[in-house]
Amino acid sequence: MKKHFSQTESLVKGLLGSLLLATICAVGARAAEKKIVVGFSQIGAESGWRTANTESIKAEAAKRGIELKFADAQQKQENQIKALRSFVAQGVDVIAFSPVVETGWEWVLREIKRAGIPVVLSDRAVAVTDDSLYVTFIGADFVEEGRRAGRWLAKASDGKAVIAELVGTPGSAPAIDRKKGFTEVIGQYPGMKIVKSQSGDFTRAKGKEVMESFLKSPDAKQITALFAHNDDMALGAIQAMEEAGVKPGKDILIVSIDGVHGAFEAMAAGKLNCTVECNPLIGPQLFDAVDAILAKKKLPKRTQVIEGVFEQSQAAAELPNRKY
Amino acid sequence: MATERFEKKQARWWSSLVWPVSGLALLLLFDLCFTDGFFKLEVRDGHLYGVLIDILNHGSKVMLLALGMTLVIATGGVDLSVGAVMAIAGAVAARLINTTNVSFPVVIGVTLAVAIAAGCWNGLLVGAFRIQPIVATLILMVAGRGVAMLITDGQIITFTEPWLTYIGNGHLLGLPFPVWLSGGMLLITALLTRRTALGLFIESVGDNQTASTYAGVNSSTVKFFVYVFSGFCAGLAGLVAASNIKCADSNHAGLFLELDAILAVVVGGTLLTGGRFYLVGAMVGALFIQTLTTTMYMRNVSADIAPVPKALAILVVCLLQSPKVRTKFSGLLKRRGS
Repeated sequence: MKKHFSQTESLVKGLLGSLLLATICAVGARAAEKKIVVGFSQIGAESGWRTANTESIKAEAAKRGIELKFADAQQKQENQIKALRSFVAQGVDVIAFSPVVETGWEWVLREIKRAGIPVVLSDRAVAVTDDSLYVTFIGADFVEEGRRAGRWLAKASDGKAVIAELVGTPGSAPAIDRKKGFTEVIGQYPGMKIVKSQSGDFTRAKGKEVMESFLKSPDAKQITALFAHNDDMALGAIQAMEEAGVKPGKDILIVSIDGVHGAFEAMAAGKLNCTVECNPLIGPQLFDAVDAILAKKKLPKRTQVIEGVFEQSQAAAELPNRKY
Repeated sequence: MATERFEKKQARWWSSLVWPVSGLALLLLFDLCFTDGFFKLEVRDGHLYGVLIDILNHGSKVMLLALGMTLVIATGGVDLSVGAVMAIAGAVAARLINTTNVSFPVVIGVTLAVAIAAGCWNGLLVGAFRIQPIVATLILMVAGRGVAMLITDGQIITFTEPWLTYIGNGHLLGLPFPVWLSGGMLLITALLTRRTALGLFIESVGDNQTASTYAGVNSSTVKFFVYVFSGFCAGLAGLVAASNIKCADSNHAGLFLELDAILAVVVGGTLLTGGRFYLVGAMVGALFIQTLTTTMYMRNVSADIAPVPKALAILVVCLLQSPKVRTKFSGLLKRRGS
């Protein structure tokens, strides 16, 4: 009996020893490679824009030889919190995530901070009382996008325009902020005013339907410009204009936001005048930030995504480069 | 005797229409007085052009859905999956027309077959397996959009094929093609249910399933049929929706339209508990909803508050439908008269 026991004991010891050895070897190998591990929690895959965003991050991680632990939250905060906790348990070097909603992150971010892991926010911000809970926020500035659209239109129309506006989904952050930025710029030009403003829900179908009703209103003939909160609504509106015998891009100047592939095609065809980019390809900037954090460099709280404003003349040349 | 019964039936048929039609008429009267350019009609490029035509055109999607939904609701069920089936139909059509050199009739055939298959799925769950309709169709409502996304790889697929774009944009004898399509479907559905015993079967299953089973009506088959028909209508609506914007937008095509269709049926006078159903009423209901939406656009009501006046208008029509409110109301009038 005793003999049997000691046999088991030695077996266990042996096993433990080999396990320890294996761990040491693994750690040694890891230390030799110095592979950085980044955990990234994505919102989901709800649009082409989001898919491009994910692809950019994955591709950039692969390019730099960074190990990326990717988790899709499928639009749910609880999934995202679970993913963040599992990143802590796995002991990743940096955690990055695009929060599904703004609020409710305080607890889990504190846990991450206690574990000593730096956090990078991408695309959307969080509302927390203590902003030391994250290092930096990399994302588009919707208000600035609205301002850019306004500035372009002011320049193109010499400060004189009767504008119809296709608003995004009521209450959504991009719709509120893009409108805010746009009206802020328009307000400086007495010759520019918005006469029509309706929601097209960020979709082509609604954009077309709303534009049709705009074109049939008694003051339709005055409209000289259209500002659409995203490209899809503008593309729908272009169809409505063509069917009504109005020349899009000529009779009515059109500026929209996002810079999707279809918008560049429309610009190349002369139907859309300008698109303000809302760049999903933040992979390079995200991993620049990761490198900077690991090199103990100081980062600003807000990192602006590099975004351009594209006009018709650039469309044909830019078209092959569009990834989304 | 026969003519007498026919007249009786006609009287009932018309009386059910009074309330939705008066609601629509009130709304149109309001627009006539206060909304500029609402009734302006002109001929452009050989077809009618104006706000009223737009209402018919855009209302046709919900009209098509409401046709199928009326029959489903008449059996005491509900089909929540129609919006998702629209997205699937659009995705299939766009994918097929773009990839290989498949001819247009094949595209339409396959698309409608897929929509019918979706209807069969619902019909099996409800008819054969006796799952509650709201649960059974919820499955496809949730999963269907995913299927559509899978077909389109999550992208918006555009197409330029002239026949496919004709369905949602073309004109026939001065009117948009979707108007003819929904009108034709209404005629077919009305003939199918009112000139055959089918309508009676549907109403009997919805009214009292046990009694109708004892009377020899195969309730499972009747239920299976209405869901298949609803799927077919959703397929047509999906084709119209995709064709109208010349692309398949799986994320948004038909989103929340199932609710509009249910609302149209209810406004049309069909009870959610099943039984007697009113096809023309549902069409009027669909037009009522579209007229409300277009009125909001034309009057430049901010999108943030637009749902409130819409809800109020629908509330008024629903109250007009309620027998209790009506008796109270008429009692009030009588008292004042005496």
